[in-house]
Amino acid sequence: MFPRIPMLNYDLVVIGGGPAGMAAAIRAKELGLKVLLLDENDYLGGILPQCIHPGFGLHHFKEELTGPEFASRLAKKMVELGVEYRTAARVMEIKNYSDLEKVVIFTSPSGAYQVWTKAIIYTAGARERHAFEIGIVGDRVAGIYTAGEAQTLMDIYGIMPGREVVIVGSGDVGLIMARRFALEGAKVKAVIELMPYPGGLARNVMILRDFNIPLYLSHKVVEVRGSGRVERVKVVKVDENLREIPGSEFWISCDTLIISAGLVPSVKKLKKIGVEIDTATGGPVVNDRLETSVPGIFVAGNSLLINDLVDYVVEQGEVASEGAKEFIENGGIESRKWVKVEKGENVRLVVPHYLSGDRDVYLYLRVSRPMEEVELRIPEIGRKIKLPVVKPAEMLRIKLKAEEIQGEKLTVEVVKA
Amino acid sequence: MKTKVAIIGAGISGASIARVLSRYENLEVHLIEKAPDVGWGVSKANTALIHGGYDDDPDRYPTRARLCIRGNRIWHRWVKELQIPHVWNGALIVATKEEDFDELEKLLERGRRNNVPEMRIVDREELFHLEPGLTRDAIGALWVPIVGQIGPIPAVIAITENAVANGVKTHLETEVSGIKVENGEVKGVETNNGFIEADIVINAAGLYADKIARMVGIDYFEIHPRKGEYWIFDDDVPGPRRVLFPTPTPISKGIVVTTEISGHLMIGPNAQDLPPEEKDNLATTREGLEQVWEGAKKLWPQLPPRSKVIRTFAGLRPEPTGGDFIIKAEEEVWGFINVAGIRSPGLTSAPAIAYEVAKIIQRDLGIELKEKSKWNPYREEISHFFMMSPEQINEAVKKNPAYGKIVCRCNNVSEGDILEAIERMKFIGVKTPSVDSVKFRTKATTGTCQGSFCRPKIVQLLAREYGVEPWKVTLKGRGSEIGVGDVKALLRGDA
Repeated sequence: MFPRIPMLNYDLVVIGGGPAGMAAAIRAKELGLKVLLLDENDYLGGILPQCIHPGFGLHHFKEELTGPEFASRLAKKMVELGVEYRTAARVMEIKNYSDLEKVVIFTSPSGAYQVWTKAIIYTAGARERHAFEIGIVGDRVAGIYTAGEAQTLMDIYGIMPGREVVIVGSGDVGLIMARRFALEGAKVKAVIELMPYPGGLARNVMILRDFNIPLYLSHKVVEVRGSGRVERVKVVKVDENLREIPGSEFWISCDTLIISAGLVPSVKKLKKIGVEIDTATGGPVVNDRLETSVPGIFVAGNSLLINDLVDYVVEQGEVASEGAKEFIENGGIESRKWVKVEKGENVRLVVPHYLSGDRDVYLYLRVSRPMEEVELRIPEIGRKIKLPVVKPAEMLRIKLKAEEIQGEKLTVEVVKA
Repeated sequence: MKTKVAIIGAGISGASIARVLSRYENLEVHLIEKAPDVGWGVSKANTALIHGGYDDDPDRYPTRARLCIRGNRIWHRWVKELQIPHVWNGALIVATKEEDFDELEKLLERGRRNNVPEMRIVDREELFHLEPGLTRDAIGALWVPIVGQIGPIPAVIAITENAVANGVKTHLETEVSGIKVENGEVKGVETNNGFIEADIVINAAGLYADKIARMVGIDYFEIHPRKGEYWIFDDDVPGPRRVLFPTPTPISKGIVVTTEISGHLMIGPNAQDLPPEEKDNLATTREGLEQVWEGAKKLWPQLPPRSKVIRTFAGLRPEPTGGDFIIKAEEEVWGFINVAGIRSPGLTSAPAIAYEVAKIIQRDLGIELKEKSKWNPYREEISHFFMMSPEQINEAVKKNPAYGKIVCRCNNVSEGDILEAIERMKFIGVKTPSVDSVKFRTKATTGTCQGSFCRPKIVQLLAREYGVEPWKVTLKGRGSEIGVGDVKALLRGDA
């Protein structure tokens, strides 16, 4: 049944106006596509406008920018090129009638619309895991925030969430929030990390030393107590198999608990239309144009896989747009044959999953555990790259030339050199 | 002269009583609640069932047995009049071994004594037709089609709104500290917000009903908190079509497996008796949650990975001395009516309890109740974006663009829905803006992300509509403020 609501027509709809979506829309416009970008926030940029710290853009813009600066550069370019976009526009449903007939239904303060389009690039980002998902029990009180929510409160709404803070997770987001709280005068009492090594990029782990913040490796927060507001949290040490060590429990008093326990790609709407999901990334299975298992639906950024660097997110948005252009012109993405990318030794995830060999491609991968003096190998084609150190926290990105991509499959492994 | 009635406690019992009494022109009804909003005590966290009435032994618990089935019947009317979200999907009490049928026969017999209609024992084949996802160990079940599910707090809110529309006065954040009795008659209640005159005081104070009763010297019962814990899962996790119980044991009704009315698989509760002083201990525990998980797995083997949980929570049931509801006018203090020990099936029984109280006022206190000529039985549910078609959205947006703007992305709650919720909060006298008040009215923050995206926006809307600074907006009442000041407050040293 077709809803009786205003109809719009585009070649391409980009869902999500963060860096991946903006980059995709810009590239699409440059390629001559009629493109519409939709974003549910009141402003463009996705999560960037609240990331007021520097460290963005070293690859893409060759200079160090803050999140808002990075976002505004892309937004400015969108405006210069005349890319059409709508903010406060929330996509309700994606319908896939046929390869070149898709409908995006969205709602906005001016009402609900249906957009008929040939291709879709989905760049809706990720969500954060919350306290319940990581098994924290106890009181459900104020003072428990995900890192992103705390960041939104502080740097979009200007609200100071608390005075004495414990942070769960030493990933980049957790570490950056540790600094953010310290800079505003809060006491960051501990960063608690489940793994025996820190989860963030080296430059962010430095924050702990700079601000004198204790890091507890191989520990987890298991319980929160308080009436009305957090008063204390219970911490326990874990062994090498991540099992809790009885008798190692201790309490830390605090009024704020920040959960930075990882991100999960937001792909529910894609699952609904049958897009195949990779359980390792939590995002869709894709080919080298970042097209999902549903023809004409592309994905980039944190909806594809969780990235550390916005520069890679932008790169993915551009690749997806080039794919969309090809899809629209040829009525599909064709390949003589698809070469499957397989995970070998110490590779937790790798994207894309299928390569055509028609174009050069970047592989994005993460290792399962840290190692030193290793080689990243693709034995089928004799490719070897020496790496002094690999960590799960640092995504690896390698370029494969089109002519290297051949055979039935390519196995990526990280082994001792 | 109107007879003044003070109801202590705006949970499902107190609110239902207020609604029923609002019908009479010679009563002036005051509904008193210490929390910032209605339904935040025992009514908040439970299994949300409208029970079938087969479970309560009429010899041991005659009041429960009588009022449960009556309540079930009345709810069928109230949910329509008040547009309370509900589903009548029936319950299966599942047998997994031959001996279980003996117990099911007993329940069937008890149900017949309690006048429960349409119950019967179904065989394995019919059972799997009714509930395909059940454990393969199931061999039969007692089928109780009249069982249903509702949103308990939405129900309290709906009932209160209707009561207020019919003239009931609410006093929220008002804690009763004493009850004035003169010459053996109640005169009113003392509170942190002053004295409220009353000819009749109705004690519907849930866990604290014993404390309130002691204020007039009645001490023949105590209320013990019994904790129950629950898991609730993301909405893409498959749950059952019916309410599933295991065959009960002498100790427990067992862990229930349901798909609650918003479409989430929910399992629980266990039962842990707490010492009487722990009436505010709502903490979940690992042992308790583990017990629930193991229990639920026996009925519903396809439990998801634990990472699919979106919330765990605990509630307290008010267990009275003796186990039966205590609903009576106390002879030694004229005008004092106890509605105490309203444990399970209290939610089910609440409407019947309310009519019972009206009867007590007439029969035992000798006050003739005169019906109003104009009493409005109806109340409209607030707008829910997630129930609107795209065409309806466009109609709503013409009235207010806020209806087109999504705030809670997991559950599709619009800014318009939230603004309506805030208006309704003010209508029943909510003074402290709380995210939970919005949550219970709109479902915002109850989805996959548990509010990490939308809570700041809701805080902003509450701050604007209540005219307070955003950091003073609370999660669930005073002491649970969202922040400690503006972002520079600590550096300035004024927070």
